[in-house]
Amino acid sequence: MDDTLIRLRDDAASAAPVLAFAELAETTNAAAVRLSPGDDARALLPLLGQLELVEVEFPGFNDGRGYSAARILREHGYAGELRAVGQVLVDQISHYHRCGFDAFRPDQPIARAAIDKAIATWPEVYQRTVDGRAPIWALRHG
Amino acid sequence: MYQYDTHDQAMVDARVAEFSDQVARRLSGTLSEEQFRPLRLKNGLYLQLHAYMLRVAIPYGTLSSRQLRTLGDIADRYDRGYGHFTTRQNIQYNWIRLEDAPAILADLAAVGMHAIQTSGNCIRNTTADHFAGAAPDEVADPRPYAELLRQWSTFHPEFDYLPRKFKVAIIGSETDRAAMKLHDIGIQVIRNDAGEEGLRVHVGGGMGRTPMIAPVIREFLPPLQMISYLEACLRVYNRYGRRDNKYKARIKILVHEIGADEYRRQVEEEFAHILTLGLEPPPAEFARIAAQFADPAFDPQAPEAIDRSDPDFALWVDQNVHPHKAAGYGIVTVSLKPTGGIPGDASADQIRLVADLARDYSFDEVRVTHAQNLVLPHVRRADLHALWQRLDAAGLANANLDLISDIIACPGLDYCSLANARSIPLAQKISQRFADPARQRDLGELKLKISGCINACGHHHAGHIGVLGVDRKGVENYQLLFGGSEGADTSLATIIGPGFSEDGIVDAIETATGVYLAHRSEGERFIDTYRRIGTAPFKEAIYG
Amino acid sequence: MSVEKIKILTGNDLLVGDVIWWTGSGWSRHVDHAAPLADDAGALIAAEEAARSVVSAYVVDATREHGKVRPNHIKERMRALGPTVRLDLSLRPDDPAAAAWIA
Repeated sequence: MDDTLIRLRDDAASAAPVLAFAELAETTNAAAVRLSPGDDARALLPLLGQLELVEVEFPGFNDGRGYSAARILREHGYAGELRAVGQVLVDQISHYHRCGFDAFRPDQPIARAAIDKAIATWPEVYQRTVDGRAPIWALRHG
Repeated sequence: MYQYDTHDQAMVDARVAEFSDQVARRLSGTLSEEQFRPLRLKNGLYLQLHAYMLRVAIPYGTLSSRQLRTLGDIADRYDRGYGHFTTRQNIQYNWIRLEDAPAILADLAAVGMHAIQTSGNCIRNTTADHFAGAAPDEVADPRPYAELLRQWSTFHPEFDYLPRKFKVAIIGSETDRAAMKLHDIGIQVIRNDAGEEGLRVHVGGGMGRTPMIAPVIREFLPPLQMISYLEACLRVYNRYGRRDNKYKARIKILVHEIGADEYRRQVEEEFAHILTLGLEPPPAEFARIAAQFADPAFDPQAPEAIDRSDPDFALWVDQNVHPHKAAGYGIVTVSLKPTGGIPGDASADQIRLVADLARDYSFDEVRVTHAQNLVLPHVRRADLHALWQRLDAAGLANANLDLISDIIACPGLDYCSLANARSIPLAQKISQRFADPARQRDLGELKLKISGCINACGHHHAGHIGVLGVDRKGVENYQLLFGGSEGADTSLATIIGPGFSEDGIVDAIETATGVYLAHRSEGERFIDTYRRIGTAPFKEAIYG
Repeated sequence: MSVEKIKILTGNDLLVGDVIWWTGSGWSRHVDHAAPLADDAGALIAAEEAARSVVSAYVVDATREHGKVRPNHIKERMRALGPTVRLDLSLRPDDPAAAAWIA
């Protein structure tokens, strides 16, 4: 089924059914949800304790709303799987990873080695985000 | 001037490696053009009307003589011996081979330069006051902030696929020389009543299809919260800017549609959250950068007096040399607007000459202006005559700064695949029509700006006189606008009537200058007279 | 000889970037070498782009008379010639009348 799925996590993938964002209102115990670009990631904040998987959909690689969605979830402490789904291309993997994604299900398969190489594109980074990397300004000033 | 350290160098080197790999994948067929296009655009590589075009970033318009010399060498080695300085303080090469692009980026990286994010729907190169660090009316040098912005925006992972491109300008004087309010974000370094330095932030300006003047969204921002605040501004835009229509995707439309107050509220909410995340570089980092923009070693004994006995020299000094904050120094603008020439174009030899002059006379510094001229910011007045002679010998001593022949023109249909009409030939004809220097000086400050299409790279909305080229049934046609300004008194020009042919619009502009001369009061510029008497006398004279 | 209304195929050389025109069997920098397209160019474009001999190929309308091909739209004529403000860099560097062909 998930033949293109690549996870950078050690835990088992969630087996919970993935609900569309609009279906969340009909349930109280959702564990997996899919965000489309226009969905408000902040609406998930009350559910962070119960969510195991958030899929963020990229219908086109050039719709960047999912980057903000991912970062918002991580900034608020979401620790479950954050999966980029759809038009996920190797040249954007570094950005996805820096914004908190730790799993990818691209429409077209990407080799695990290519993912690892893409994540290492930038030896250093200028911004503090949610990936735990120390920005260059921190390296400069300790 | 800012010098890359090993960290900055590692980033541009990594970019060269990444783009080399992407070009190789494109040439081998692994990447389709559809996939490659956004990647090459993020490196400033366009497929233009005639060939690939490379746009190189000149961060906040500041260059060392070594960097400028490299730009000249690139023009010779990889292009056809010239470059074009743009209204965003960058340089473009018109005849680049795709296979050479990685080598060019490597040459740039060797002198601490790049083409990062000079296109694409991302945060573009930050522009700044071209007199920064030299102007007498400056509250603070905006360049340390601009460099902080450059680093923060470089490969920002959240904001690389925005709804549309995003341009930031920053100034540190009350006099706006950067068209700051006509940017997606315009920042002014100010002092509050308590004497503290801070930032006034405008959001939602722009030209293009829907010109707007950016409203103030933050009256006073503590300077060391700039990055956090911009994170908030961009996040609100990234999430809620329109993506259904590329013509409504700029942030100005979002701010306009939800209103400045609502946009401000959302930004403040996001800002409060972001302040808790520790994203702001520490004061030591700002200090590290600011130290590199410290004043050069001005000679406190530099004499003010100059020998004005050569009348051509005296005219050039009066027109092209601005007062400097240091006694005995001047700010020299090198005009790239010779009569009949191509605005903003410079040959490789001219570029290298200006680099030499910067080394010899201006503490190694050059600036590029949004009006497509070059600036030597720190010249001893005692050296002005020697400098002028060397410029004059190279055809670079035109004494026409801010006069009617100092025309801003986009490349237009001669080079640009978006253009509807040619801009450059029109600029050439106007400068020839008004070739008499005495006539130009009599007309005084008159900012004439020409765009070859509605995207407004030639800033026609901000021209005292603006010209917009359009396609009328396959024929080039030119609309005439009056009343724009990009200064502290920013205003948007409006179209006054039906369009003209190329020759017709030159005549119409000449007629308009006649109306101005007939109506002007003592000391009035064209724009002042226009604002006072309105459109009617001009329309009457032009359309009869 | 009458004026023929034709459709021709253009694009840019992938490697170098030069404007090129389909001749019926290959690509030329000279618009006069452009051959009329017989029918739908979709397959041709796909094949040539896949072969990486051209980038951003598309069809334009033109006329042909006495072996001279003239694209209908000014933008395509500009592409066929080069910048009118730098005729020294155009395909007709020694022809002062070249710019008049554009308008």
